[in-house]
Amino acid sequence: MLKLRAIIIMTLYAIFAAFVSFWMAKQSYSWFPPEAAAESKLVDDLFSLFTGLGTFIYLGVMGPFVYSLIFHRVGRYDMSDGPPIEGNTWLEVVWTATPLILALTLATVSYQTYEKMAIRGPMELVHLHVPQVMESAYAEPFDSTPQQEIQNAVETAPIEQIDVTAKQWAWVFHYPEQDITSTELHLPVDRRIRFTLRSEDVLHGFYIPAFRLDQYVVPNKAIDFELTPIKTGIYRLRDSMYSGTYFAANQTDVVVQSPSDYQQWLADAAAQTPGPAFNQAAYEYSQTARPGSGATKDNVAVHGWATIPPAPPPLVNYAPKHEPKSPPV
Amino acid sequence: MTHISIEPSELVRGQPYPGAPDNWKRFFTFSVDHKVIGIQYIVTSFIFFLVGGLFAMIIRGELITPEADLVDRTVYNALFTMHGSIMLFFWTFPVLVGLSNYLVPLMIGARDMAFPRLNAVSFWMIPIAGVLMMASFLIPGGPSQSGWWAYPPVSLQNPTGNLINGQVLWILAVAISGVSSIMGAVNFVTTIFKLRAPGMTWFRTPAFVWAVLGAQLIQLYGLPALTGGAIMLLLDLTIGTSFFTPERGGDPIVYQHFFWFYSHPAVYVMVLPAFGIFSEVLPVHARKPLFGYRVIAVSSILITVISSVVWVHHMFASATPPWMRMFFMVTTMLVAIPSGIKVFGWVATVWGGKIRFTTPMLFALGGISNWLFAGITGIFLGSVPIDLHVHNTYFVVGHFHYVLYGAIVMAIYAAIYHWFPKMTGRMFYEGLGKLHFVLTYLGTALIFLPMHPLGLMGMPRRVASYDPEFAYWNVVASLGGFLLGLSTLPFILNIVSSWIRGEPAGNNPWRAIGLEWLVTSPPPTENFEEIPTVISPPYRYGTGEPLIATHTQLEINQAQ
Repeated sequence: MLKLRAIIIMTLYAIFAAFVSFWMAKQSYSWFPPEAAAESKLVDDLFSLFTGLGTFIYLGVMGPFVYSLIFHRVGRYDMSDGPPIEGNTWLEVVWTATPLILALTLATVSYQTYEKMAIRGPMELVHLHVPQVMESAYAEPFDSTPQQEIQNAVETAPIEQIDVTAKQWAWVFHYPEQDITSTELHLPVDRRIRFTLRSEDVLHGFYIPAFRLDQYVVPNKAIDFELTPIKTGIYRLRDSMYSGTYFAANQTDVVVQSPSDYQQWLADAAAQTPGPAFNQAAYEYSQTARPGSGATKDNVAVHGWATIPPAPPPLVNYAPKHEPKSPPV
Repeated sequence: MTHISIEPSELVRGQPYPGAPDNWKRFFTFSVDHKVIGIQYIVTSFIFFLVGGLFAMIIRGELITPEADLVDRTVYNALFTMHGSIMLFFWTFPVLVGLSNYLVPLMIGARDMAFPRLNAVSFWMIPIAGVLMMASFLIPGGPSQSGWWAYPPVSLQNPTGNLINGQVLWILAVAISGVSSIMGAVNFVTTIFKLRAPGMTWFRTPAFVWAVLGAQLIQLYGLPALTGGAIMLLLDLTIGTSFFTPERGGDPIVYQHFFWFYSHPAVYVMVLPAFGIFSEVLPVHARKPLFGYRVIAVSSILITVISSVVWVHHMFASATPPWMRMFFMVTTMLVAIPSGIKVFGWVATVWGGKIRFTTPMLFALGGISNWLFAGITGIFLGSVPIDLHVHNTYFVVGHFHYVLYGAIVMAIYAAIYHWFPKMTGRMFYEGLGKLHFVLTYLGTALIFLPMHPLGLMGMPRRVASYDPEFAYWNVVASLGGFLLGLSTLPFILNIVSSWIRGEPAGNNPWRAIGLEWLVTSPPPTENFEEIPTVISPPYRYGTGEPLIATHTQLEINQAQ
C-alpha cells in the first residue's frame, strides 16, 4: 500500500515537473533581446532545450530534497540515529550514468547548432589546424519550414563586406566598396555580412546581443566573422571585453535596414565629407579638470586616477547625432 | 579490583616550545601549531572578506543608476579589480586553507602538519601579500584596473609611466600568495599521504580530507602555470619584454591560456573543500551515514583530473579554433558527472534521516541548493553557442557568484559554525546563527539571481554605466547586495560574543563521529595524547560501531 502511494506521488510530481519544465522552456524565449539574426533563433532554440532539461533536473533533485527536509525532521526529544544505509550500487550507477548521458546529449546538440551557425573563427587559425572542418553553411534552424524564405534569400544573396576597427574607445565601420566610414553600424536585412575585425590597441569584444554573437577583436589579427541579420530595427553593439577606463561607454547602435534604405544610406553617407564624430570617451575625458594627470570629473562623488587618453574622435562620413550624455550639474 | 584514579592530563594548551604565550597573544606569533595557524588564516581572511565586501557594496551603489555618477570610471574599474582579487586570493583561498589546516591533522589523527614551520611561513605570506595589494591604493595612479584576470594588453598599459604602479604591486601580491599556496599544497599532500593514523586506510579517510587532497593536487600542477604567466607579464610591464605585447609581436591570447590553465581548476580548489564540508556536516545533523561515501570520495579526485582539461571554455570567443571549442565543450560538460554524484549522494544522505535544522545544517543545505542551480547554469555556459552570447555578460557574473557565494561561502559558514565549539570550546547562539542564515540566503538570491536575466538581455560585465533597459534588475541586485553586507553583522556579533562568553560546549556537542570529536575542545597542543587506531569507515551513524580501537582490542590483536 505504502509503496503504491509513493509511486503515485512520484508520478504526479514527475508530471508536474515536466509541465513546469516545458513552460520554462517556452518562457525562455522572452528572456532575450529580439531575434535579429538568423543565428539568434538557433541559439534561442538551444537555450530553450537547456532551460527545459535544466529545470527538470533542478526540480527532480529539489523535490525529494525539500520533501525530506519537511517530513524527515527529528522530534524534539528523539536522540536516536537514522537507518544506517551506506549506499546502493544500483542507485549510484543510475545517477552516474544519467549526467553522463545528459552531458553527451547536450554536447551533441550544441555541436549540431554550432555547425549550423558556422561562425568563422580567425582564418589563419582555421587554416592552420583543421581546414574545412566547419562547413560554411548558412543558418538553418531546427524547424526550417517557417524560415525557408529567409534561408533562400540568404543563400542567394551576395556577401556584404564590412571592416570593423575597434579602439580605445570607439567603433569605426568601413564599407570598402563605397569607401565610406561610419561610427554607427548599418546593415542590410537578409544579407550575409562578413565582418573583418581589427583592433588598434587592446582586446575588444564585438558583441551584438540581438544577434547572439560575440567575438573578441585581437590586436595584430584580422578576424573574419559572418552573420545574417533577418529583422530590421535598431540594436546595440557593445564592447564585451573589458578594454580599460571608458570601456562601458564603448557602445554604438546597429541599424538593420531594408536593402533600399541601406543603399540610400550608403549614397547619403558617400556624399558627405568626413568629419570628427562625437565620442563619449573623448567627451568625458575632455571634461576632466586636469587631463592626463588624475582624471578628475566634477560631477562624480569620488575622483579618479590617471587614465590612458582616449583615441581622438574618428573622422567619418557618417556619425549619428548624439547629445553629450552629461548628468545635470 | 583497585580504584584507578585518572591523573589529570599533563597536556597544556599553548605552544609546543617553552615561553610561548598561552592566550590570545599566540595568534600574533610565529606559531607552528596547525590549530593556531588555522585560526590565523580564518580571521585574517575574514578581515579581507569584509574589505572585499565593502568594495562590492560601492560597486552595487554605482550600478543602482544607469549613469556613472557615484565614482569616477577609473575608481570603479579599480574597485571591481580589487574586489575580485581580494575575494579570491585573500578570502576564499586562505579561509579554506585555514579550515583545512585546522581540520585535516585532527581528522586523520596526526599531531600536526608534516612541515609545521613551512606551514607558518605559508600563513605569514598572506598578510604581507594582502597589505602589498592594498598599498596600491596609496601610490600615484592607484591600484590595478585590469580586472582580476589582468589580461594584456590592458594590464600592460601604464598611464602614469611609473615603474612602481598598481599593476606591478598586484602581480607581486598574487605571486607571493601563489608561492604561499604551493608551499601549503606540498604540506597538505604530504600530511595526507604520510600522517594518517594507523588503520586509517583511504576508504576510512573522511570525505573532507579526500576533497582537500583533490584541491591541493590542483594547486601543485596548476599554480606553476599561473606563476609563470604572471612573471612574463611582470617582465613585459617592467623591462619591456614582448611575451604578450602585440605592438612588439607578442600574443595576448597566450596569457589567457596560462591564466585559465590554473584559474579554472582554481574554482575547484575552492569548491572541493566546500563539497567536503557538505559531506561532513550532513551526516552529523541528519544522523545517517554519508550515502555512497566511497563514490563521493573518489569523485573528488575525478574532479581534479577533469578540471585539468577544461580551461579553454573561458576562451570560446578568444579567436579560438573550432576544434578546440568542441573539445573543451565536451570536457566541460563531463564535470557534471562527479558533481552530480555528489549532489545525489547528499540528497540520499538526508533522505529518511533524523534531520535537525541547526545553523551549520541550514548553511549546508542552502549551499547545496545554490550549488545545484549554479551547476546547471554552468552546463549552459559549457555549450559553445550559448556561451558565445553570454560569456562576457552578467550571466557569467551571476553564475560564478552563485558558485562562490551561494555554495562556497555558505559552506565556509557551515564549517565555521559546525567546528566553532571544537575550536573555542564554546557554543554559539543558535538564534543569531539562524538570523544570519536567513539574511544570507535571501541576500544571495536577491543580488545574484537578477544577474542571469541581465546577462541574457546582453548587459556586459564590468561596466560602470549601462543602458536604461537594465535598470530594474540592477536596482534589485543592489538592494540584495546591501542586504548581504548587513547579513555579516549577526555573524560577527555571534562569533565574537560566543568566543568570549558563550556556553561551554563540551567535547562533542553534535554527538558527531570523527577523530576530531574525540579530543577536548579546544584540542590540546599535540592533539592526541595517544595516536588512535582507526578500525572502521567514517560516518557509521546508527550502527553503534566504534570508530577507534580500545586498549583491550589492541591487546587482543597483539596477542593473536
